[in-house]
Amino acid sequence: MLQWLPENVSTFGQSVDTLFYIIYYITLVVFILVMGTLITFLIKYRHREGQKASYIEGSTTLEIVWTAATTVIVFGLAMLSYPHWNKIKSPNEFPENPEVLVQVSGKQFNWDMTYPGPDNEFGTADDLELENQLHVPVNAVVHIRLTSVDVIHSFFVPQLRLKQDALPNRFINVWFEATKAGRYEIPCAELCGFGHSGMLGYLNVHSQADYDAWVKERWPQ
Amino acid sequence: MHDNEHASHHHEESFIRKYIFSLDHKTIGKQFLIYGLIMFFVGGGLALMFRWQLAYPERPVPIIGASPQYLEDGEVVTGADKMWERIYESEEEEWLEANMPNGVIEPAFYNMLFTMHATIMVFFVVVPILVGAFGNFLIPLMIGTRDMAFPILNMLSFWLAVLAAIIMAIGFFVPGGHAAAGWTGYAPLSSDPQWTGVEWGQNLWAISLLIQGFSSLVGSINYITTIINMRAPGMTLFRMPLVIWSLFIVAILLLLAFPVLSSALALLIFDRLAGTTFFTATAEGGGDPLLWQHLFWFFGHPEVYILILPGMGIASELVPVFSRKPIFGYRSMVYAMIAIAFLGWIVWGHHMFQSGMQPVLGSAFMTTTMLIAVPSAIKTFNWLGTMFKGSIRFTSPMLHAIAFVSMFVIGGLSGIYMANTPVDIFIHDTYYIVAHIHYVVFGGSLFAIFGGIIFWFPKMYGRYMNDVLNKIHFWLTFVAFNCTFFPMHILGVGGHMRRISNPMQYEFLQGFEGMNIFITMSAFTLGAAQLILVFNFFWSMSRGKVAEKNPWHVNTLEWEAPTPVPHGNFVGQVPTVYRGPYEYSVPGEESDWIPQAQPEHAHATGGD
Ligand code: HEM
Ligand SMILES: [Cu+2]
Ligand SMILES: [Cu+2]
Repeated sequence: MLQWLPENVSTFGQSVDTLFYIIYYITLVVFILVMGTLITFLIKYRHREGQKASYIEGSTTLEIVWTAATTVIVFGLAMLSYPHWNKIKSPNEFPENPEVLVQVSGKQFNWDMTYPGPDNEFGTADDLELENQLHVPVNAVVHIRLTSVDVIHSFFVPQLRLKQDALPNRFINVWFEATKAGRYEIPCAELCGFGHSGMLGYLNVHSQADYDAWVKERWPQ
Repeated sequence: MHDNEHASHHHEESFIRKYIFSLDHKTIGKQFLIYGLIMFFVGGGLALMFRWQLAYPERPVPIIGASPQYLEDGEVVTGADKMWERIYESEEEEWLEANMPNGVIEPAFYNMLFTMHATIMVFFVVVPILVGAFGNFLIPLMIGTRDMAFPILNMLSFWLAVLAAIIMAIGFFVPGGHAAAGWTGYAPLSSDPQWTGVEWGQNLWAISLLIQGFSSLVGSINYITTIINMRAPGMTLFRMPLVIWSLFIVAILLLLAFPVLSSALALLIFDRLAGTTFFTATAEGGGDPLLWQHLFWFFGHPEVYILILPGMGIASELVPVFSRKPIFGYRSMVYAMIAIAFLGWIVWGHHMFQSGMQPVLGSAFMTTTMLIAVPSAIKTFNWLGTMFKGSIRFTSPMLHAIAFVSMFVIGGLSGIYMANTPVDIFIHDTYYIVAHIHYVVFGGSLFAIFGGIIFWFPKMYGRYMNDVLNKIHFWLTFVAFNCTFFPMHILGVGGHMRRISNPMQYEFLQGFEGMNIFITMSAFTLGAAQLILVFNFFWSMSRGKVAEKNPWHVNTLEWEAPTPVPHGNFVGQVPTVYRGPYEYSVPGEESDWIPQAQPEHAHATGGD
């Protein structure tokens, strides 16, 4: 089933995929065991003339065993996930000194990208605004200041394994590092009105040389 | 305790008192059942409309859509074309023209369709049937009393639900259309008409849910009081059937959860009509859109357990009866439900992992959510334990109970993926969630409802439902259900967002066209299969084979009452309870069942 996952092109995407696979195999085994047991019971203990069911009211030992076993498994999964979650979403664990800082703002029904320009400060004359096009270099840390001017949108790049809601009047920081050049879609994943379907931006991941050329073209000094 | 004072004395009642403004819990239960079944078709019809759009985006829906010839050169070939011709010629802006010109579903209309589908299914189908119908019908009968504690409140509860349904229905026809912000109604999309163009639709949505909330509150107070105070002699708490436990716990959850939704809805109405900004962040301050999400999900997660617990209760009745065995681990089943009810209050943040909530909170909510999988697992293992060394009869109710258990397993397991915060980054707001929801609510609650209807039908209407039709309905539903909803997991893994009207707008979703068509075909089959159930239901009411008093040989008290159950339920005194509800196949007994009301040491002949 997991071969349907889109290609992963971010550094932390591997964490998501690995956890996905771990859970997939655990739940697959549980599913097969439970369904196997169920089907066996259904066949083996189907009603036959003259045969009576056994009177069994329960078993404390078994109750303890399966309560403990599930608790251990789910807690184990949780423990396993904390560091990955923090790595992706906790601002104090983001890699510092990003090569690129961009503000992405959801607006019915577009993504407005704002580059702070060479001074690296928003709200100055050298800011660059682009509609629906995000340009970043490959293998570089990118920080995004995510916000919205109207309703809630959700910034989703399937190939980066990144999704974060964009809220009005709030700036939420996200980061990523793309590992492969290319053009990726940025759909909006949170219902935002009649134009939600089709609200779509593009992430253009360039080679370093191409990116430098793009920067030169935009901010010729 | 109640005794035989107002036993089954009959006074003549007018038709209106008996069938419409009835105070009898059984009639009110049946009213809720029929109400829920009608709404089930409304909700299902809406779903089929948007499923069409997902499979064949921008193509006219069948039957009422215009023909290709008409679209191409205006040549009128079908009746539908004639209708469109008339609509375009008329001066006024007609409803159909605004929402689906030529029969093609407009994006705004699409949003309305899925919003109303979910709203109706959750608040007007599953809760009314599980809680309203089964709760009302079963509680007094199964605990051995003559009626609910407050019959007038009970009637009020039903008629408030009718009022809520009428208001919800009106919303479809107001200018601006019905609510279109999702059943979760996230602010500020829902709180300010400028973002959707929806005016009174959203207001009516909120008002209707407020009223539906009052209906549930009134009902839940009634259930709690009745179960605490009016149990038959000998019916201790731990001799109560598990379905009664589940309804008791659900009533408490409803009582505590609905006021939270009601306050959120009230604030929403203030925001929309009085210019407050509870859910809008403005430069001058004001509120916060996340406040809505916290309030909604603080209600919403207990609500999803309200949707499943009675289903678990029903399964816990059906599995022992048709395995002819005691339920495995009765007490652990009760404690698991209580644990779910407690844990259900501290997991709401799992719906908000990607909302911008503090990541530390995300980890905390992941932990509690993982924990809630434990009682769910306990229940599953206990159902399996109940079948172990049983003598399983594959009756139609049992088939539904088995389907319930297996589908709930899938729904519970898929929950673990989403509870895992890193994985949820990817699958949040995709079809993965849609698959999960439907495995628990359709695969879970609805299969339990179907099983319960077939099982208690003989007590409700004194007749059996037609078994051949039941079996056909079951197999069609089971297969079509899985064909419809299982592939949605795959769509989710592919990143297919939920709530989009045209997946073909995205390059990365191009490969899913075939799967979407397959899902839609299966969904139409699934919808058609439900016609069999409803036909069978209404046909069997008057034509079904007449049932004896206790056709499935069940121990619980509802089967002590004569069929059809008279006003006051039991003839003579209410029964006295001597034992737990699941004494099947007791060693040394001749019969494989001992009714709860059968005195000790009496010769075990098995009732009747
Ligand atoms: C093992 C138990 C369960 C776990 C671990 C679990 C976990 C979750 C999680 C984490 C989400 C949020 C996913 C997201 O939005 O990204 C979710 C959504 C949902 N769950 Fe469950 N769940 C469980 C059982 C149930 C049950 C029993 C029901 C109802 C009968 C249910 C109904 C829902 C619904 C309706 C939603 C989606 C709400 C929406 O966004 O529209 N779940 N579940
Ligand atoms: Cu959107
Ligand atoms: Cu939840």
